[in-house]
This record gives sequence, C-alpha cells and structure tokens, in this order.
Amino acid sequence: MDTHKGVLVCGEMAEGRLAPITIELLGIGRKLSDQLGETLSILLMGSKTGSLGQEAIAYGADKVYVAEDGLLDHYNSDAYTQVAANLCLKVLPSIMLLGHTDIGCDLAPRLNGRLGGGLSMDCLSLSIDPTTQLLLATRPVFGGNAHATVVSRSARPQMATIRPKIVPPAVRNESRQGEVIPVEDKLDPSAIKVKVVDRIKEEVEGVKLEDAEVVVSGGRGIGSAQNFGMLRELARVLGGAVGGTRPACDEGWVPASAQVGQSGKVVSPKLYIAVALSGAMSHIAGCLGSKYIVAINKDKEANIFNVAHFGIVADYKEVLPALTAKLKELLSA
Amino acid sequence: MHTIVCVKQVPDPEIPPAKFKIDPEAKKVIPPPGVPPVISVYDERAVEAACRLKDKHKGKITVISMGTGKVSDVVRHALSMGADEGFVLEDEAFENLDSFGTAYVLGKAIQKIGGYDLVLCGRQAADWGAGQVGSILAEMLGIPVITLACGIEVVEKNIRVKRIVKDGYEVLEAPMPSVVTVSSEIGLPRLPAGMSLMLARKKQIPVWKAKDIGADLSELDRTKAHTEITGLSVPTRKTECEIVTGNTPNEAAVNLALKLSKLI
Ligand SMILES: Cc1cc2nc3c(=O)[nH]c(=O)nc-3n(C[C@H](O)[C@H](O)[C@H](O)COP(=O)(O)OP(=O)(O)OC[C@H]3O[C@@H](n4cnc5c(N)ncnc54)[C@H](O)[C@@H]3O)c2cc1C
Ligand SMILES: Nc1ncnc2c1ncn2[C@@H]1O[C@H](COP(=O)(O)O)[C@@H](O)[C@H]1O
Repeated sequence: MDTHKGVLVCGEMAEGRLAPITIELLGIGRKLSDQLGETLSILLMGSKTGSLGQEAIAYGADKVYVAEDGLLDHYNSDAYTQVAANLCLKVLPSIMLLGHTDIGCDLAPRLNGRLGGGLSMDCLSLSIDPTTQLLLATRPVFGGNAHATVVSRSARPQMATIRPKIVPPAVRNESRQGEVIPVEDKLDPSAIKVKVVDRIKEEVEGVKLEDAEVVVSGGRGIGSAQNFGMLRELARVLGGAVGGTRPACDEGWVPASAQVGQSGKVVSPKLYIAVALSGAMSHIAGCLGSKYIVAINKDKEANIFNVAHFGIVADYKEVLPALTAKLKELLSA
Repeated sequence: MHTIVCVKQVPDPEIPPAKFKIDPEAKKVIPPPGVPPVISVYDERAVEAACRLKDKHKGKITVISMGTGKVSDVVRHALSMGADEGFVLEDEAFENLDSFGTAYVLGKAIQKIGGYDLVLCGRQAADWGAGQVGSILAEMLGIPVITLACGIEVVEKNIRVKRIVKDGYEVLEAPMPSVVTVSSEIGLPRLPAGMSLMLARKKQIPVWKAKDIGADLSELDRTKAHTEITGLSVPTRKTECEIVTGNTPNEAAVNLALKLSKLI
C-alpha cells in the first residue's frame, strides 16, 4: 500500500484546451499532494495534446503523462479505461482524481472496478486526515439530504470524482517546472468493444443554461408544457434561460437537457428563480452556487424557502404575469 | 432476448427534507416511520427499459434484488410491470456491503441465472448512491458496459444505446451480453396493470443465500472493504428568506420586481 504514492489527475480536454474541471482538479490535487509531500501528475489522453502538457505544468502538475492515439480522439470508455488503467498499474498513484462529468462518471467506476481501488463519486470536498494520511472524501447521499465522509483504508488508488465548480481553479504560473512524459504503450484495438456510432449535439435556443446570468426553473407544480410559456416569457425579459426539476423534465414540459440538479446541470447564475418546485436537496444541489435565489411557491413550508433570499407564497399563475410585466417596464426604463 | 435487471429497495426519497433523520453515531439513516420503502427511481426506469425491449423483441426479464426485510416488494413491483421472474438475495453476509461486495453478490447471482443477453442497472441508487455498482459488475463479469442510457435498442446481435452527454447524446453499440446503466431520461415507468399485475401477485420469489449462489465469504469480508463511511451529517444551510408580500399576489409580484431590478 505505501508502494502507492502521489496524486494523479485524469485530465479532460475541451476545444483544444484543458477543460475547466481539469484546472479545478489540478488546484485541489496540488493542495493534497503538498500536504502529503508527494508529486502531482496528470494524464492527458487524446489524438493530439499539443502544448497542453506545458499548460498543465503551469497549472501545478509536476509530471504530465501524455497518451496520444487516434483512437483517443473522442471519449471511448474501453479505450480510455485501458490507457488509464495501464498507467495506474505503472505509476501506482495513491490518489486519483477525476471530474464528475459525463466522462468521469463513466471512466471512474470502470477504472475502479478494474484496479480494485476505493472510489467516491460526486465529491464536494476532499482533505487529508492528518493522523492517518488517508483521503477523506465528502459526498452527498440520500439525494443530498445527508453528506457522508468516505475513506478507503487499504484499497488503492483512493479515487474520487469531483463535482464541477465546487473547488477553485488552480492559479496559472508560467514559471513552474515539470516533465512531460509520453505514454508509449500501444492501445489494443481488439479490447475496444463499445463503438461510437454517432454523436448528436442538441442545439439550444437562446442562452445556454450553464452560462446564463438568470435562470428561471419550474417544477411539478407548473402543471403543463403550455404553462411553462410563462416562465419562458420571464426568462426572455431577463435575458436568461429556462430550467426544470426532474419531474418537469420527465413530463416533457422542458427538455431533459434543462434538468437542474445533482443528476442534471449545475448552474451558478446571479439570479435563480424557482417556481412551483419544492426544493428537494437533489434539485438544490444544482443551483446553490447562485448569488440570489427567489422562490415562488404556494406552500410556505416548502424547503425551497430555506435556501431562498426572496420569496412569494402564492399561486405562481397569479404572480408571474405581473412580475414579468413589471420587470419589463423597469428594465426598459 | 433475456434481460436481467438489478433493482434495489430504498427508503422513499420523496419525503420532505425536514422529515429526513439520521443517527450520526451509527452512521445510519432512520427510515421515516409509516413511509414504506420503494424501488429505487432509476431501477424502476431500468425495468421499464427492459419491458420496452420485451414489448418489441419478446423474450424474458429476470429481476434480482439484494437486501433485507421485505425486499420481495420491489421484485414484485417489477413483476407487475412485466418482468417474468424474480429472486431475492438475502443473507447476513450480504449486509452493509460496499460497491465491490454488492457487485460481487449480484454477479454471482447473474452467473447462476445464466443465459442472459443484457444486464440493466440504475445509474445510481437513490439511497447511498455510490454510482458504480453497474460498472464494477461489468468488469467482474468481463463484459462491456455503457452508462447513462436514455434509450436502448437491439440492432442485430448488438445493443445500441443512446448515452447522455453534456450537450446532447452519443449513440453507442456493444455486443451482447453487456451491462447498461439507465438514467431517468429513458422515460416514465409504466403503471402495473392487467395480466402482469395478477400474475405478479401469485408468483413465487425464491430467496437465495450466499451458499445458493456459490459466494465465497472471504470476498464479503467487511474488514477488507474498499470503502468505509466514517462520518454522516445533515448539511445545514438556512438563508434568511425575505417573504415579499402585498395586498394581492399581483401587488407582491410588483414589489418583488422592484427588489429584483436592483439586483440585476
Ligand atoms: C439520486 C437522485 C437524484 C436526483 N436528481 C435530481 C435532479 O438532478 N434534479 C431534480 O430536480 N430532481 C432530482 N431528483 C428528484 C428530487 O428528489 C425530487 O423528486 C424533485 O426535485 C421534485 O421536483 P419538484 O420540486 O418539481 O416536485 P414536487 O416536489 O412535487 O414539488 C412541487 C411544488 O410545487 C408547488 N406548487 C404546486 N402548484 C403550485 C402553484 N400553482 N403555484 C405555486 N406553487 C405550486 C408545491 O407546493 C410543491 O412545493 C433526484 C432524486 C434522487 C433520489
Ligand atoms: N442491493 C442491490 N440489489 C440490486 N441491485 C443493486 C443493489 N445495489 C445496487 N444495485 C444496482 O446498482 C445500481 C447502482 O447502484 P450504486 O452504485 O450503489 O449507486 C442500482 O441502480 C441498482 O441497479
């Protein structure tokens, strides 16, 4: 077990750059490895990684393992698992960090299954226990109603996926020194059983939910797709985007891609307007980073009022039209 | 086509957060009195996915659930939706297992059942929600896995799966047998009705113990657990919420607009 040393980040690239989550992972990874007095490494997989190795060093990595192969151009579960597992068997990291993204959610549990490590998914914070030097991972359980601390006593690596936008990104420092090491092992194409047939990008109209400064979300209480029109109108006036709870998405009132929450999108707008939704912890998990939360709900006991800054207790149908009209007037003035 | 679905029984996740109680010492959740446990949300969707495949291609659905107490209830729920056969895995040795232990037991049962083309799991259990049993199971069985499915089809000898990604979805194909983990976007589960509801009431649900599935007890040794929960707490976050009022909801709305216009 003490043959395992150091922190290894599994990097992600987006549009030729390090993905934001990767820079966040380098930030927390640096902290953990400094506490342990061990090195921070990162694995980059892709068809071409260009100067991103140097980039990762500037963000805190001591070593960058670069695996370049045409088969790694896009995420493929079998190919990425193979490369990452082989590297882990070689460098024997004590801790391995991945993003809680669609890639990390797939790769982390498979790698764990293959390596026999100890994995915590969707972590909100990580620290090192000062006495045991073990990784303490805190993650939501029971739909976010509770937080559990998870420890892996003997299984290695100690693995964690971290929810995006929870830890601050690493600070860039051009003068940092590090080493870029090419991964020489060739991929075995015969082990790639899952084939990618197609990739469909769903275009969203208007502002992207994740980038919006204002998000208007509706829940089960909205009652119909047609009634969501009122939320769309309010969002339009505020230049924002429309989101929904899982029941609202299930009913097809809003597209599945607009689901906010633990198993949907994490948003952090200036203003989050929550309409006719109860504020289940698993929903709130997706909007706690908002500067202001406004709740409109007819039930004054609804949990959403525990996290909101402003609220109105009423039927939303009697509130939204006037709210939208007045905001339109005030904002055009 | 033979599909095996792994379903877990969980405390009802829809209770309001105020009713949610834990025992921090024991690191356990105290189930709310009088609220019956339910089938885990995504697992119900996995049963739905299996039923849709059966509607189209015929064949058979087997359901397995590991747990204690009246776990047969969730198996019966799956049977009433359209599954054909169900087994409960219950043994002292199966209690408080981590994800590896759980995957090991499910894997042993799946191997005993045999002759399967597809294994479906939920993307995450609605209680402890480790989010990894399906993938570990696939690694143990040595078969491919596709996660976060929002659509499943059979194309010749392959399984074709729509997998959710950030800005859309991927279409992936894997040979059978494979493991697929199902997300809620697959669609709402059907309501039990008609013949299957009647048949489900009468069906025998055998209970398998460790020896029935040939489980090696040393694999379930909890002192060798891969992960251990060392703390459990209820997050407190209470914001002072200013309730905006007026003589009518309309007036309250206008007052809220005045406040919001200053913030944005
Ligand atoms: C593992 C797990 C992951 C999950 N992930 C997510 C997730 O990512 N996102 C998510 O949203 N959920 C998620 N859920 C589901 C979550 O637990 C809740 O079921 C869901 O968020 C509830 O949605 P809701 O608030 O729309 O519905 P409800 O809880 O039914 O609330 C409806 C609210 O509308 C109010 N209302 C009704 N009519 C009106 C009216 N006319 N005017 C004003 N108010 C009205 C009611 O008072 C009530 O408060 C997850 C659950 C689990 C177990
Ligand atoms: N005790 C269990 N019995 C049957 N299936 C289970 C059990 N635990 C987990 N699973 C399956 O594995 C999935 C993922 O669980 P988890 O990794 O614990 O979040 C669940 O959605 C179920 O399909």
